[in-house]
Amino acid sequence: MSDATLPRFRAATEEAPLLRAALIGIAVAGLTVLVFAPLIVVFAEALKDGWLVAVQSLGNRDARSAIHLTLLITAIAVPANAAFGIAAAWFITKFDFRGKAFLITLIDLPFSVSPVVAGLCIVLLFGANSVLGGWLVAHGWPIVFAIPGIVLATIFVTFPFVARELIPVMIEQGRAEEEAALTLGASGWRTFRTVTLPNIRWALLYGTLLCTARAMGEFGAVAVVSGKIRGQTATMPITIEMLYNEYLSVAAFSMAALLTALALVTLLLKTLLEVTHADQLAAIRRH
Amino acid sequence: MTARPLVHKTAMPGLGLSAGITIAMLSIVVLLPIGALLMKGASFGLSNVLEVVGRERVTASLVLSFKLSLLAALFNLVFGVLLAWVLVRYRFPGKRLLDAAVDLPFALPTAVAGIALTALYAPNGTFGSLAQSIGWKIAYTQMGIFIALVFVGLPFVTRTVQPVIEEIEQEVEEASATLGASRLYTLRHVILPMLMPAALTGFALSLARAVGEYGSVIFIAGNIPLRTEIAPLLIVIQLEEFNYDAAAAIGIAMLVISFAMLLAINLIQIISRRKMGHV
Repeated sequence: MSDATLPRFRAATEEAPLLRAALIGIAVAGLTVLVFAPLIVVFAEALKDGWLVAVQSLGNRDARSAIHLTLLITAIAVPANAAFGIAAAWFITKFDFRGKAFLITLIDLPFSVSPVVAGLCIVLLFGANSVLGGWLVAHGWPIVFAIPGIVLATIFVTFPFVARELIPVMIEQGRAEEEAALTLGASGWRTFRTVTLPNIRWALLYGTLLCTARAMGEFGAVAVVSGKIRGQTATMPITIEMLYNEYLSVAAFSMAALLTALALVTLLLKTLLEVTHADQLAAIRRH
Repeated sequence: MTARPLVHKTAMPGLGLSAGITIAMLSIVVLLPIGALLMKGASFGLSNVLEVVGRERVTASLVLSFKLSLLAALFNLVFGVLLAWVLVRYRFPGKRLLDAAVDLPFALPTAVAGIALTALYAPNGTFGSLAQSIGWKIAYTQMGIFIALVFVGLPFVTRTVQPVIEEIEQEVEEASATLGASRLYTLRHVILPMLMPAALTGFALSLARAVGEYGSVIFIAGNIPLRTEIAPLLIVIQLEEFNYDAAAAIGIAMLVISFAMLLAINLIQIISRRKMGHV
């Protein structure tokens, strides 16, 4: 007897087909309007006058300098952040000390501070009008309206990313493996490289990817500290704003499309990582 | 009785190095700059700070920022829970793509989102012209700001609620059904309370993100004083005029209001967790 002759019953733990279809419909429609439409528009506007115009607009000196600057800032900020994340996760998960919860709160603090306020804080501390900033400028080390300020602002807004991914993974793995290695006579560095690092590498890569995406695209904090000097301190997002305000729509959207393509690559790698290394990354979601 | 030691003794190496890097980076990048802001506020004086915050244009921008952020986070709370449910429980073509798309607002630079949304919702844009045909104006109004804030806060609720739904045991729903509850009753009275603490975490993250958002908003907002001018923009304007004191005053007001709101949400969360009895 085949199943087809039996009437189909809906399990009591399922929604009615109509409700189910309605919910899927709302989800698809919502994401189409909110996420897919803006994504498509970026490329459509960039290619409005054809490929050639779009590519040409990325070839001029200011555009090339913006791309170079954004890559440079990312190349400094992301490793600095990864180093901080590893150090903070090691400190927090391998030792017991007073004020640990407070320290974690402080590391998370940049999430609840507006990027613009972050930029403002850096200007107030390192700007030429402040004591510290004045001294630094006098000694030829300007921070604000220069590359170091942009790097600082970028590290500020991406500060918790790597530490946040590593801490839950390292808590779950505990200290036993490291302790065993140490008992067997391995040095601290060797223990870290051969025991800890292999255990956390995918979480580290995951955090680094999130950090990279945010670092390349940071706008608010950078807008405040960069001074927006064309060819010198204008990053890709800042250049997009300047071109857009000058009504150079195709040029603005071409630069935006390039930045979006970079963002999509990090998103793709992140999704790939979630599929291939689900077990290690599961710890992040459980905490 | 001896006091608890600051750090428990252990054979684990790297205490000095890891603590040193952590505290040094935290101080230089986060604590000293925020300290500089608070110092600036202190030297400016509380009455002066209050005077700046009390100016009509500043008050209007603060109220606007927090009001629209709250509305956008509420929208994301509802839509985010719905999305998480659909992505975990249902199987349909294109589900993986939809799941990946949830993260796009994290990855897409805010300036890019800003100009893209403006292009869409401006009167000559795809959605803007549709809206205009029924007499609505979206870009350069508070509605436009709302859409930008929904966009940037979209992933938070979904991503915090998804793992919780994955871990719900089917037995709970079966028990509820056996006891005669309708499916909708089970969803409302059994499932939803289980999701609430995680959903509130997502709500708080979404709200914090929206309040401080700048890049995706300034393009679509039109930036009309008293009507569509957000607080972060006012800080930028003050800075461009070298009014560091006024900029610091608005910055401090934003910090204070943000922390008060996050504290309130944390309290609600503690209460809702107590009600649940676990989690």
